[in-house]
Amino acid sequence: MKKFFTSIKQYPSAIVGLILILFLVVLSIYVVVAIPYDQAIRIWRGGEDVRGDVPRTARPIYVNWFTPQKLPTTIVIDSADPGAGIEKTRTQITDDMWDIQMVLPFDYPYDGFPQEMQLILTATYEEKNPFVTLTWYFPDGERIKIADVTSRRNETVRFDLQDRLLRQLDGVPPRIALLSVPESDPPEVRQGRYELHVDTIVFEEGSDIEAKFVSMGQVHGIAGTDHRRRDLLLPLLWGAPIALAFGLTAALGTTFTTMFIAAIGVWFGGLVDELIQRITEIYMVLPFLPILIMVGIFYSRSIWVLLVVVIALSIFSAAIKNYRAIFLQIKESAYIEAARSYGAGNWRIISRYLVPRIIPILIPGLIGAIPGYVFLEASLALLGLGDPILPTWGKVINDAQMNGALYNGYYYWVLQPAAMLMITGLGFAMIGFALDRIFNPKLREV
Amino acid sequence: MAGDTLLRVKDLQLFFRTTKGVVRAVDGIDFELARNRAVVIVGESGCGKTSMAKAILRLLPKNVDTYSGKVFLNGLDTMTLKDEEYRLKMRWVKMSMVPQAAMNSLNPVMKVGDQVAEPAIIHNDMSKEVAMEQAKTMFQHVGVPLDFLERYAFELSGGMRQRVAIAMSLVSLPELIVLDEPTSALDVLTQANIFNVLKRIKEDLGMSFILITHDIATSSELADDVAVMYAGQIVETGDAHRFFAGPLHPYSIKLMNSVPRLRARQEPDFIVGQPPSLLNPPTGCRFAARCPSRYEPCDEEPPTVNIEGRTVKCWLHVK
Repeated sequence: MKKFFTSIKQYPSAIVGLILILFLVVLSIYVVVAIPYDQAIRIWRGGEDVRGDVPRTARPIYVNWFTPQKLPTTIVIDSADPGAGIEKTRTQITDDMWDIQMVLPFDYPYDGFPQEMQLILTATYEEKNPFVTLTWYFPDGERIKIADVTSRRNETVRFDLQDRLLRQLDGVPPRIALLSVPESDPPEVRQGRYELHVDTIVFEEGSDIEAKFVSMGQVHGIAGTDHRRRDLLLPLLWGAPIALAFGLTAALGTTFTTMFIAAIGVWFGGLVDELIQRITEIYMVLPFLPILIMVGIFYSRSIWVLLVVVIALSIFSAAIKNYRAIFLQIKESAYIEAARSYGAGNWRIISRYLVPRIIPILIPGLIGAIPGYVFLEASLALLGLGDPILPTWGKVINDAQMNGALYNGYYYWVLQPAAMLMITGLGFAMIGFALDRIFNPKLREV
Repeated sequence: MAGDTLLRVKDLQLFFRTTKGVVRAVDGIDFELARNRAVVIVGESGCGKTSMAKAILRLLPKNVDTYSGKVFLNGLDTMTLKDEEYRLKMRWVKMSMVPQAAMNSLNPVMKVGDQVAEPAIIHNDMSKEVAMEQAKTMFQHVGVPLDFLERYAFELSGGMRQRVAIAMSLVSLPELIVLDEPTSALDVLTQANIFNVLKRIKEDLGMSFILITHDIATSSELADDVAVMYAGQIVETGDAHRFFAGPLHPYSIKLMNSVPRLRARQEPDFIVGQPPSLLNPPTGCRFAARCPSRYEPCDEEPPTVNIEGRTVKCWLHVK
């Protein structure tokens, strides 16, 4: 093992490759521990309740680092959150009327308008609904009434849907008008400190209200979001363990079974060899992708079913012919005959004399095959045959394509999973090249 | 050949099928070997020495045409055993072999210690640890330093590899070892060394050897008996002393004269022509075409004549 590391040190590409793969492995382990499978699936598949504050197709936050214009992030101010420090003043007006006043302040230093604005009210009462008045205070102290609401237990006030407000603003959507310099055309952002006053009149002693203001930004999270308000960080992270598991299992499963079948055929020869060769030839003409597509359409799109089909289709692949050629040569070595002469059994010869000789040839191929299978999974997903449950990189690209991401300028949606795929491919390819040179010294001079 | 008989070979035949026809590599061989003795089998290249060794150990290639005759070991007819039975009961248990080019007969991806222990693990049902102890003992017998146990074959010199191969043939303590040209690729000093090792093993462990070689001079060190092969047949057998003092068969005489002498001022002799093709051997005496003493009866198959415990297959000795 030590020798292996000293020899691999001579190849910078191998070190880079190892670092990339180590990164992916550490990431995978971290993700699987931090976001357990069930939770990940729930978030990925869940409804609006999981992601009520998340904008649609928002760009990643890092976009702001590269542009002079600062796009708005999502602002959330929740009176129920003690960290937000919202003070509630409650005064009794009459015997059965109480006034609750709240101020939700926020800074708006951005250069763009939010995607949506809404206020989510959570009221507690027995019978009589609280009555809420929402007033918007501009940085210069001017104010505008947004709405009067008779709040139910859960009430969402979407600013853009307030007809009266819309009329008052001459048809300019409130999410723009409320944040722009007056009379500016096209609207310019007025930066500064805004306040949203929430005045509530409750009609019961124990009645109370909490308010949560959400201004959905144009950038959200470090990976952006998709058309279903899902944070793309999740599939980007969870894609790693799935891709590695798929690639590794497929590569190991196909390479080793193929090699053993070739070894068995060569060692026993005769009818066994003949049979294996003919089966291989039949398998070689089977169309790989169409069969996978058919399985995906008619049977199951589960990634694990596809994995089994991929392995089953690859066991008798053309690689058998390659391994057979090498085994035929090894079989005639003096030491194999010696082993036979001292009475080693068939299986002992196959496993301890034939197979170990081919491992050096096998390993670089095995490493090279892993990204191949990762890409295969992504390609299938892109063809619409991705696993419907699992968050995978291919699935994200598929979603992006279905929603015209490139056409609409949502480059992050495609580029991020593509970058992950490229890192995976690059890491394994770089190690594969180095291993090839370590195991096949003849390549070193090249 | 005195003493109790360990190995008796009767009319052993091994023919190969080739595209050109049937090669009669081993064509009716009879000989005996007593316990704790070494027989040296000499002969030119291609006269069937290795084939005979393989026939005795039943290590047959795929293209066997005929494989018949009897091989008795301790009175047991091994030819009646089934292949699997033979593998489990005979190979390396009773008889083992140091193959030709033994240097290359080591697994390149196995440490030589493990390699030497292999036969013991396979045949004597030893655990790995016990087998390794056995391997160590054998390394001491053949004079390989014990720290070589952890090395791979390619890290060893030719002589050391040869010793390892011999250790491997000893490890399961068989009664008979067939050594197929164990020193052919080695320098003279190493050859002498290895023959000393074999001599000591023979004395210490009481084993019998069949030693196949071209090298008559060096092998005379070890030989108790000599058998001369020509064109798939044994033409002369006898105890070593008397053989080296005066061979009987004209071929043996020529062969002995081809060995350079150290003291006598005598040019090494050679034999005109080539051995006959085994595809289609001549009728009668197979050496007749090259024999200086050829006369009329030689067109007929010569009988095997017994002269005071020696045998010779030649008309000259028929009385």
